[in-house]
Amino acid sequence: MNERIEPARLAPQASEVEAPPKPKTTETDEAARPARTPVGYVGQSVPRANARRLLQGRGAYTDDLKFPRLAQVVFFRSPHAHARIRKLDLSQAARQPGVIAAFDGRAIAEYCTPWVGVLGHLKGIKSPPQHAVAIERACWQGEAVAAIVAETRAQAEDALGHVVAEWEELPVVTDMEDALANRVVIHPELGDNICFARRFETEGFEAAMKTADVVVEETYGFGRHTGVTLEGRAILADYNAAEHSLTVYHATQAPHMMQDIFSRHLNIPEANVRVICKDVGGSFGIKVHVYPDEMATAAISVMLRRPVKFIADRLESFLTDIHAREHKATVRLACMNDGRIVGFDLDDLTAIGPYSVYPRTSGIEGNQVVNLIGGPYAHKAYRAKMNVVFTNKNVTCQYRAVGHPIAVALTEGIVDLAARKLGMDPAAFRRKNLIADDAYPYSFPSGLKFEKLSHQQCLDKLLALMDYEGLRAEQAALRKKGIHRGIGLAAMIEVTNPSPAFYGVGGARISAQDGATVRLEPTGMVTCLVSVTEQGQGTEGVFAQVCADAVGVTIDKVRVITGDTGVTPYGGGTWASRGAGIGGEAVLQAGKALRANILDLAAAVLKVDRATLEVRGNAVLERASGAEKLPLSEVGRIGYFRPDTLPMTFQAELTVTRHYTPREYGFTFTNGIQASYVEVDTDTGFVRLLRHWCVEDCGTVINPLLVDEQIRGGIVQGIGAAMLEECLYSAEGQLLNGSLADYLVPMTGDTPDIEIAHVSTPTRQSELGAKGVGEAGTAGAPGAVMNAINDALAPFDARLSVQPFTPERILKALGKI
Amino acid sequence: MDERVESTITVTVNGTRVTRRIEPRMHLIDFLREALGLTGSHVACEHGVCGACTVRVDGEIRRGCLTLAVQTDGRTVDTVEGLSDSGELALLQQAFHERNALQCGYCTPGMLLTAQALIKEHPEATREEIREYLSGNLCRCTGYQAIIDAIETVLRTPHA
Repeated sequence: MNERIEPARLAPQASEVEAPPKPKTTETDEAARPARTPVGYVGQSVPRANARRLLQGRGAYTDDLKFPRLAQVVFFRSPHAHARIRKLDLSQAARQPGVIAAFDGRAIAEYCTPWVGVLGHLKGIKSPPQHAVAIERACWQGEAVAAIVAETRAQAEDALGHVVAEWEELPVVTDMEDALANRVVIHPELGDNICFARRFETEGFEAAMKTADVVVEETYGFGRHTGVTLEGRAILADYNAAEHSLTVYHATQAPHMMQDIFSRHLNIPEANVRVICKDVGGSFGIKVHVYPDEMATAAISVMLRRPVKFIADRLESFLTDIHAREHKATVRLACMNDGRIVGFDLDDLTAIGPYSVYPRTSGIEGNQVVNLIGGPYAHKAYRAKMNVVFTNKNVTCQYRAVGHPIAVALTEGIVDLAARKLGMDPAAFRRKNLIADDAYPYSFPSGLKFEKLSHQQCLDKLLALMDYEGLRAEQAALRKKGIHRGIGLAAMIEVTNPSPAFYGVGGARISAQDGATVRLEPTGMVTCLVSVTEQGQGTEGVFAQVCADAVGVTIDKVRVITGDTGVTPYGGGTWASRGAGIGGEAVLQAGKALRANILDLAAAVLKVDRATLEVRGNAVLERASGAEKLPLSEVGRIGYFRPDTLPMTFQAELTVTRHYTPREYGFTFTNGIQASYVEVDTDTGFVRLLRHWCVEDCGTVINPLLVDEQIRGGIVQGIGAAMLEECLYSAEGQLLNGSLADYLVPMTGDTPDIEIAHVSTPTRQSELGAKGVGEAGTAGAPGAVMNAINDALAPFDARLSVQPFTPERILKALGKI
Repeated sequence: MDERVESTITVTVNGTRVTRRIEPRMHLIDFLREALGLTGSHVACEHGVCGACTVRVDGEIRRGCLTLAVQTDGRTVDTVEGLSDSGELALLQQAFHERNALQCGYCTPGMLLTAQALIKEHPEATREEIREYLSGNLCRCTGYQAIIDAIETVLRTPHA
């Protein structure tokens, strides 16, 4: 066997990241644009400071916090997928040792109003009101129907066994197509089971498709899976009755959004609600939604006038953390004999559970699939039909890469099928159809607008990186020996840095802008407060890099604070690959403004023209000679303690705040391409992932070390979706695999070494030029792995199109079982 | 009324002898986190699958969620906090930091204790053997590659 393990690939050097191409602009434009960030920390693999406490186990996750009179809440959850509550008797439970209180849904509803997960720009979307704790009826197995509060969690869990409930089971809808047929309507008041539907068709679609020489069609299935954050959902709510104020320690991605929601649903003035995110143990989109049990915990803190904590255990995580991706879709591709793609035709069906999740809705994933099909290609005809239906399973909503893994797998799967039908090499087929690198700005058939992408450059780089020709030769040689390897490609586009077009226009109180406050401390240190949050992706680290460069200090002087509505500017938080691109630009602009103010003060002290000075290396220097004129510690000392020595008309401003919102484009698209190399054992159906490659264009790469491992982590989650992960339900709506022993996620042995390279096309919407990168890996990996498996099985005329690609499914495709 | 049975145990945790009355059903991980406030070791899967609760009992790594606290009566328990202060994990911590072999950090204490056991037991481990040894520690953020790189760096450092 010639499988070769590469030696440890250490942090890529900055030189491996291509220099940004010089934008094509007129001289006037160029002169008007400030230079990109000066050479400094941006672009370097700087280790992040906040990793130190995590490495010593000295972080503070929400479950690590202890407060005087802290009570623990647990939930009595419906054992049925759909049932009316005939009787609920909490009296025995309330008398158990250590129990402080027991509440049903009606009691909680007196303190917490229900919500409806719809948005104005998703035309026709509907969902019924949802309560924090169900009142008359449970609509999925695991829906909370009562809360028990006790001094310890063990006592609260003991008391759960004393809850007396009588149920009237109702008809259950678990199959998507059954739901669409409306034989049983889950919410009769809504009329049918269709939460949201979208139809789209380009002008002249049918006529264009008729011109094609070849049409291929295939139906694909996607398993429902979930994020599996290692830290479960966690919330500690602390109500102060004297102030009518609520402080919530919350493992959330969007503290300001949650501040608004706690305020409105618990009827507490917004200014009296403070949301604090301590360390968060992974999010991936799981922790950006409103969860009924978390709202109930906050309400119970108000009701009991004491701090209350809820930590989801692993079974609760599987039953109630949002799921995602349950789709079944048929896609058609029409092309000419020379390989040119004419158009795509999509029919997608997705099931979201019994409620559209608040406040982002469960319509977004399907909507994204419609937006993104065919994304990298230069076709003109496109038609899409998409239905989102209610079922009696746990709710689904936005999980990492929302819709992208579906759209990429559908597009890339059918592209490979078309190439095979034409007898063309898949790489050559893609090269013919990928949008040309000089075609931008580009309007896509589904209505999306691309500022500047680099598909062709990325393809070239990928093929060289993986030695595509060499691998094809190796594959052919091994096939003769009965070894079945396959190569799969998946090109992709990705939504990042969303403008208010994503949620704000639909009426959601979700901020698309972010802010940064940068403050020079008296000793010359710099404190940087940012509204984007940190879940481990390294946000605080990259902000420190940007801030240090922008102000002109060494990075050890910078302290970054995030995740506290009481201290940071207002902003959206972390989602949709927006942290570095939006938050980073706010930090850059705030840092530059502070530098300007430092220079003003220095010019006043030194009695020279400000233009003769600059800030570098923690000091104000004379620009011409580079001589140090005033250390920043001196600027701070004078600014704060001896302003009496400054001119009467001069006021030092050593704290500045700046905000940033992308507005020119609805989304700042990124692009990239992945490749997977696999070996399929046709006797056992087991697949070994041998290698994986990704070439990604996220614009300015602020920190290659962080970016590359984040892409790898995303790819591994995509591999999980393709190979292992599925929330399995019985026909009665019972979750069959509610532990990590039954629901498998990739471990070290399931993952190959992954090689990452970059093409860099900075966005011209911001000075920093950074696009998002956090979801790219997850978006592309399942499609690449699927194509690799199907490539390996090509000699057997066997194809896989339903994820995850389990050994059983592979053996079935091979006709062996 | 409350008729819970309690046991008294004495354990040497991170070099300090502690005595507590606890319920026999209490897991070691809850004892460390709740009774002693040592929150560096984490609870994640509660089934012995993910390794986030890995601690050391009498020098051997153990799942804190599969060990009862009463089983450690009279024994020695070491956690990431103690092994950080003693400096035993310093090389690994430095390599993890430099290679960014962690993101959210929730798996990291368990990952470090497992890696340290590997270094002691198999100082010549190959890259594939490192993967195999870590196969019981789940990281959901990284692609594992940085973790394996960091451990390999320490293994290849003289006098590690």
